[in-house]
Amino acid sequence: MKGNFWKVLASGSIVASMLVGCSSGGTAQEAVKLSEGDTVKIGLNYELSGNVATYGQAMDKGTQLAIKQYNESDDAKYKIEAVSMDNKSDSAEATSIAEKLMGEGVAMQIGPATSGDSIATYPSSENNKVPVLSPAVTQNGGMLKEDGTAYEYAWRICFEDSAQASAMAVFAKDLGKTKAVVYSDAANDYAKGLAEDFVAKFEDLGGEVVAQENYTSGDTDFNAALSKIKELDFDVLYVPGYYNESGLIIKQAREAGITQTILGPDGMDSPKLAELAGKENLNDVYFTTAYTTVDASDELTSFIEAYKAEYDEEPDMFSVLAYDATNLGLQALEEAGETGEALNEAIKNIEFTGLTGSFTFDEEHTPLKKVLVVELENGVQVNPVEVDPNAE
Amino acid sequence: MRKEYLTKENIAWLLLAVGSFVICSLLMNLGIINSYYQITLYNICINIILAVSLNLVIGICGQFSLGHAGFMCIGAYAAGIITKMMPNFGGFVLGILVGFVLSAIVALIVSIPTLRLRGDYLAIATLGFAEIIRILVQNMKITNGAAGLNGIPQLTSWPLLMIGVVVSIVVVCNYTHSAPGRACISIREDEIASEAMGINTTKYKVIAFVIGALLASLAGALYACNFYVIKPSQFTFNKSIDILVMVVFGGMGSMTSSVIAAIVIGIINMVLANFSEIRMIIYGLALVAIMIFKPTGLLGQRELSFKKLFSSRKGAK
Amino acid sequence: MIQFLQQMINGLSLGSIYALIALGYTMVYGIIKLINFAHGDVYMLGAFVAFYATTFFHLNFFVALVVAMVLCGVLGVVIERIAYKPLRHATRITALITAMGVSYVLEYTTQYFAGSEVKTFPTDLLDNTAFSFGGVRITMMQIYIFVITIVLMIILTYIVNKTKMGRAMRAVSVDEDAAKLMGINVDTTISFTFFLGSCLAGVAGVLVGVYYNSINPLMGMTPGLKAFIAAVFGGIGNIPGAMIGGLFIGIAETLVTAYGSSLYKDAIVYVILILVLILKPDGLLGKNVKEKV
Repeated sequence: MKGNFWKVLASGSIVASMLVGCSSGGTAQEAVKLSEGDTVKIGLNYELSGNVATYGQAMDKGTQLAIKQYNESDDAKYKIEAVSMDNKSDSAEATSIAEKLMGEGVAMQIGPATSGDSIATYPSSENNKVPVLSPAVTQNGGMLKEDGTAYEYAWRICFEDSAQASAMAVFAKDLGKTKAVVYSDAANDYAKGLAEDFVAKFEDLGGEVVAQENYTSGDTDFNAALSKIKELDFDVLYVPGYYNESGLIIKQAREAGITQTILGPDGMDSPKLAELAGKENLNDVYFTTAYTTVDASDELTSFIEAYKAEYDEEPDMFSVLAYDATNLGLQALEEAGETGEALNEAIKNIEFTGLTGSFTFDEEHTPLKKVLVVELENGVQVNPVEVDPNAE
Repeated sequence: MRKEYLTKENIAWLLLAVGSFVICSLLMNLGIINSYYQITLYNICINIILAVSLNLVIGICGQFSLGHAGFMCIGAYAAGIITKMMPNFGGFVLGILVGFVLSAIVALIVSIPTLRLRGDYLAIATLGFAEIIRILVQNMKITNGAAGLNGIPQLTSWPLLMIGVVVSIVVVCNYTHSAPGRACISIREDEIASEAMGINTTKYKVIAFVIGALLASLAGALYACNFYVIKPSQFTFNKSIDILVMVVFGGMGSMTSSVIAAIVIGIINMVLANFSEIRMIIYGLALVAIMIFKPTGLLGQRELSFKKLFSSRKGAK
Repeated sequence: MIQFLQQMINGLSLGSIYALIALGYTMVYGIIKLINFAHGDVYMLGAFVAFYATTFFHLNFFVALVVAMVLCGVLGVVIERIAYKPLRHATRITALITAMGVSYVLEYTTQYFAGSEVKTFPTDLLDNTAFSFGGVRITMMQIYIFVITIVLMIILTYIVNKTKMGRAMRAVSVDEDAAKLMGINVDTTISFTFFLGSCLAGVAGVLVGVYYNSINPLMGMTPGLKAFIAAVFGGIGNIPGAMIGGLFIGIAETLVTAYGSSLYKDAIVYVILILVLILKPDGLLGKNVKEKV
């Protein structure tokens, strides 16, 4: 191809400037009025493959179970059809799947699992006027656009990082701890956000952060950093991150002789934690959460049983949040009786009671939920206490 | 001797570029290409730039690089950071230029020592560099660490993408047919022989590598300003492999086949989205099968050439 | 000082695992010049085989280890016969892409059947008493890993240097055609190499699974890459080199975390790799082969 560079470029840009004016923007999906018995599609945009597939699949199961239960219940107004697609744990793919789902006329999208992948779908939700319910976008300001207002059609069901990290700092202070070490996941935005907020709040309260160490998601050997931490003078270890790594860290820390109190976020909450860490190592360990199995409500118990019956495994925090997100969406759908703007309005004004508590949404599309701190004793949850993240 | 620009072939190429641009624009405006297909189309265009630029390094120059995602990462972050501060067209252009400068510098640093290596060693060294770039980005303040950048303005438009694609193809093809390009081909065929013929092999390898890096950084910028969000975990070694797959799938050394491979893989990916959990299994099996039954890729080294088309018709007369 | 010794122990046990995987890499590369990206996934499958053997069939640890070794070895041969054999004379890149394809198939097939969540081994498989030597802590498991790695390396060196098959392997790696003319069955030799290499990966998988008590379908990717770097570091194709490379990478990573910044522990591995490649491209123990026209 012996084309002349400049000539092609010039002609190309002339044609381009001619057509650039009429380039099409995003087109909103038409709102549909629903009548009883209609089939409504709900899009599931989860990480079914790739590096965070563990969490995406857990959420997919939670959502599928909620939809199945809804369809089987007698007083369901509509028939729900789940359209599940895999975004390969890639945010560009998540955007593309969101467009595909919305183009196929889903009433709402549930997912994706991680903050980055979810935020990548928010502009699409706004263009198409299709609400997105994010079970686990914990990033501070994750729901906000550059101008500080929230994406109109995006909602999250979980805490913001700062809420639970600050609550944990307050709790550590209440336990009388003054010297903390933070050991966090450098490749994970959730862990990094938590670490920063914890450090800020803990220092605000007069505590001292002795050291900050990092690991990378997927690591299995933490001995090097733990041997280093062991030599330090501290009284509490904060380990933000997910249970896959936290479980191993707790195990290796206890085996290496670190006897200090260990604190963690809700990402630690999974039955897998006890399997990974060993029950005998889960003492003097606390984590923040929105729900607890101590004196569990009937709803929670029946959910856990249904989940076990369906998938032959115990649910974790991710499947619970996804289950709540889906039920919230279904409730809003029934209240609105219409998709699009009306559905979004219904979500905005919803008063929802789910497994992770009763809540409404605030200005930043974030639920106002209680933060609980739960203690682990031989791997079993005990003594939940409510903590105010804003305490001085 | 005056060079003839408006030859039949050049006009044909121009018509092909403008034609595909106009047709796609029309389809978009008529809503036949809805926003989902549009994203797929944009993705394919970005992949074409990546594949063509990697093909220059691997197919034309014979240098086995596994670090293409690193340069894409530099371009994406440069454009992302600057357009977040200046959310307009000027910022976008500035972002692309800064990306060019940075990736050229990095490409020089990477290539001058490593391009002396051969084959697999070079592949591993470039892989290492790309990973180092990613880890640095993951730990820097300005890049916002593991969380990456959110809310990048969507400045990539269809005309810009098309210009990017055309420019990349023209640059790579013209380079291939120039004197340095021929030197690159001779290095690919036999490095020792070309050195003996007096070709400064390191120089030509570095030039090809830098051009490849610049175009990858352009693709990164277009990518960042199309998908709102970028984070370090998108530019892992798997991304480099994806690009490599496109080059090999099409046929090394042929730009036509890189373009076709990017399109075909984009469409396969779109179709497989409906198979969620088994899509990667199918993808893996397809790779193995294609490599076994057609190891030179779909087209091998064949190029679509209007010159040949025209002359063969003339010959038939 | 105690801290330093402790870190060396940590580094050695991490490095032994890299070394085990690197041994397989280096053998396969040595004989057919293929970067077998699927090697890390064979390692993953070794861990899964042992997991199912111990949890569902309640086999004893050492029996499970042998089962995993044999199954992985057979799998290695099957992969070689189906995917790599037709490409033996194709370009390197073609073979590499095939290896990536095989790797995807193994990872995601496992994920499809076993699920993506982590799995844990029964806890009472291996004795894990800890010994303390003046403040330095060593566990029984670490000793097992280290000893098994050394023993396997010695066996491997013996096979390659002293047996008939080993001589055939070396002959094929030097010149395939000449080897064929000398009456060596090249296909069998290459398959045998894959069998040995995959056996070692399987062992590594089992040891990692039991030691860290956490396995998942994507666990092979990063260690696979690091093991390959270890093999290159030691001089690819060289068995003691792979061992030294693995231990070195493990220790380097540990010391960077201990005395530098844990943020850059992975970056340092790549920096070492690049320095080695530039300064001594054939690796520490590699032979310097002059390129002929």
